Amino acid sequence: MKVLNLIYIIAASLFFNGIIIRTKSIFSGRMGPGIFQPLKDIWRLFRKGAVYSQTSSFIFQIAPTIYFASVLMAVFVIPFGGQPGLISFKGDFVFFAYVLALGKFFMIISALDTGSSFEGMGASREALYSMLVEPAFFILIGSFALLTGHTSFYEIFSSLHFGSYISYRIGVLAAFVLVIIAMIENSRMPVDDPKTHLELTMIHEVMILDNSGFDLGLILYTSSLKFAMYGAIIANLFLTPGNEWYYSIPIFIGIQIFFAVLIGTIESFMARFRMNHNPEFIFALTTASLLIFLGVLLILGKII
Amino acid sequence: MIKHISIKNNQSISLHDIPVLKYDDFLAHNTSLLKEEHHHCVNYFGFPQERKLRLICCIANDNEHTILVSSSLINLDSTLPSFTHHHLSFHIFEREIHENYGIRYSDHPWLKPIRFSHDRYDRNSKIENYPFYKIDSEELHEVGVGPIHAGIIEPGHFRFICNGEQIIHLEIQLGFQHRGIEKLFLEKKKLLQRTILAESIAGDTVVGHTTAFVNLWESLCGFKVGNDLMFSRTLALELERIAIHTGDLSAICNDIAYQLGSAVFGRLRTPVINFFQIWCGNRMAKGLVRAGKNNFPFSKELGNRLLHLFEQYEPDFKEMYAEFKTLPSVLARLEKTGIVTKEQAYSIGAVGMSARMSGIVRDIRMTHPHDLYPQLHHKPILKHHGDVYSRTQIRKEEILQSIDYIKTLLKNIPEEDKSSQKLKSPSANAFAISLTEGWRGEICHCAITDEKGEIAHYKIKDPSMHNWLALALSVRNNEISDFPLCNKSFNLSYCGHDL
Repeated sequence: MKVLNLIYIIAASLFFNGIIIRTKSIFSGRMGPGIFQPLKDIWRLFRKGAVYSQTSSFIFQIAPTIYFASVLMAVFVIPFGGQPGLISFKGDFVFFAYVLALGKFFMIISALDTGSSFEGMGASREALYSMLVEPAFFILIGSFALLTGHTSFYEIFSSLHFGSYISYRIGVLAAFVLVIIAMIENSRMPVDDPKTHLELTMIHEVMILDNSGFDLGLILYTSSLKFAMYGAIIANLFLTPGNEWYYSIPIFIGIQIFFAVLIGTIESFMARFRMNHNPEFIFALTTASLLIFLGVLLILGKII
Repeated sequence: MIKHISIKNNQSISLHDIPVLKYDDFLAHNTSLLKEEHHHCVNYFGFPQERKLRLICCIANDNEHTILVSSSLINLDSTLPSFTHHHLSFHIFEREIHENYGIRYSDHPWLKPIRFSHDRYDRNSKIENYPFYKIDSEELHEVGVGPIHAGIIEPGHFRFICNGEQIIHLEIQLGFQHRGIEKLFLEKKKLLQRTILAESIAGDTVVGHTTAFVNLWESLCGFKVGNDLMFSRTLALELERIAIHTGDLSAICNDIAYQLGSAVFGRLRTPVINFFQIWCGNRMAKGLVRAGKNNFPFSKELGNRLLHLFEQYEPDFKEMYAEFKTLPSVLARLEKTGIVTKEQAYSIGAVGMSARMSGIVRDIRMTHPHDLYPQLHHKPILKHHGDVYSRTQIRKEEILQSIDYIKTLLKNIPEEDKSSQKLKSPSANAFAISLTEGWRGEICHCAITDEKGEIAHYKIKDPSMHNWLALALSVRNNEISDFPLCNKSFNLSYCGHDL
């Protein structure tokens, strides 16, 4: 039943953005739209035709599809509880990171393809931040690989919690790092403001200014899917293999909802960073990953 | 030899009383006046007279509460040395004279057309063929924003030259909102039409511009303004200041993505503008200010409602502001962003908030008080850093100050003046000037009448005219992503500039 993993993540992606928007609405004293409103918007976009600029090439047209496909491929390798993902092999976390990077690469060159100065700026910001995030992710997963002695997501997560309870503590720290990585990768606050109308301050939004109709719908949906994917990785840190479905599914849903509400809360009560503070913030994340690495070394008794 | 005539705010004089100097004397006199810090130029314009151009320069003396008016008669095809060469704050006026009448200046640094007005001298100069500043460097890049605004407010074109994320230079091109208001003032003969025109100069400064117009008109007609009219105008000006400043705080929060502040300040603004609706039937206060009469007399009952409104407004506002100014992520965005130094602000002749944020005392309510301001003994709020945070603080403190003023005013609501004093027609061959401190800064209206008492020339100066350059200077060496925040913190008027 490996397909079930995929279904859980897709189900979570359907309401994820809705929960964020609803949380923000409630905190600003409004009722807000229903949690399926973002989905309805995407559905509306799917039924529209796309408009392409004459100056853009085929790259601009294929990029949204490649972006979606890359995230979907990345979702395939995510395990769920005791179940491996649809694809699972040794070193699949490297595959995971670079298949996402491939999608992002296409989005960046498609933004450059439009020739707009705004999109060029957005692309350069996006490339910079993705580059800075990468060490944090690899040090984090690398530490887990070191701890468990395995190199695939499935094996890492299924053997993570047979040691002491200290692994749960590391899990909490790892969840923190993953939440921030997800915020940066999805261009949310405090690094980027998804609600802004100001092109000059946008990062991800400005890259998709020229996309319309079906393509735009696909990009928006991919972003929800990406959120749910990170939520699933975080959930995996706390799902102990061997648990029955009636434990694991509520934990999964609970963590996804908690994650969405957390994002909504952060976005309600703080201002976003000044653009030149973002790299410092992302570097700090790498430091947190190094802390996990140190913790793992301590557990394994490699130092002292 | 008398070089200027010294008049009070809202005073009307005979056109013949304005001394006519030779251009060289005119230049030397006015630029030497500007060497003293308590002088600044409130208006400088030309109007055609006997196939020549009569230049009229109005310099405000802040210490003596007077306006020094002088003039010069020049030929239409002359090439002149410029005022700007001596003092930069004249640049916008000389560019306007150059654009409208084709007067050439030999040493003006930048004769960029300011709004491509309908009746400009050179019809071939268009926005399409305007040569923007260009760069040859491979490392720098150019970003053009607008004229369609991302938030669809008003149109303006901004062209940045950037080094990566850093802004090297910003060139602002306006004029997309040009409606020819000054000309319409001559074409529309009815007073009501003209009042409505004044209300439409800038949609967010309805009270400010209309007060300037009616004060000017009443002074031209020799109308003695009653206490009740002065009361309602002063009150409306301060209410408008509260409403717009609160809305601006909300917009600043929105630009830094601080949702709580944006929501709360936005909510606080609504009851204030709704009070205008209760008072005069329009949330922007259109219809409230009329020359020689008041269609909506202020009553005790309205006063009580307003006091009740402030009872609810003040605690919420103070709580929200305290939260706002202690949040590190907010301060990180506002402090040291978009700095305009005192020297810069002084040299470009910044007015209103844009001058006070850098420590320049420039406030018509204090220096040339009109209506009931002499009673209020206004003390301008000054900040010294000239950054976005200073502009935010000024807004907050001015809101609280305005609430105090309104409370003082409400202690003594004047009875409606029932003596039906009629507005006469304007006196012939007269010149009148009216200065008003709108929420954005000093608004100046000037009118000149012909021998029949018809308006021969009408000149409007919105504070934005001076202050757009302050925005261009403030963003230099800042990050391009901070431009929207800087722009919002000035909140200048596009249509007030374009007329």
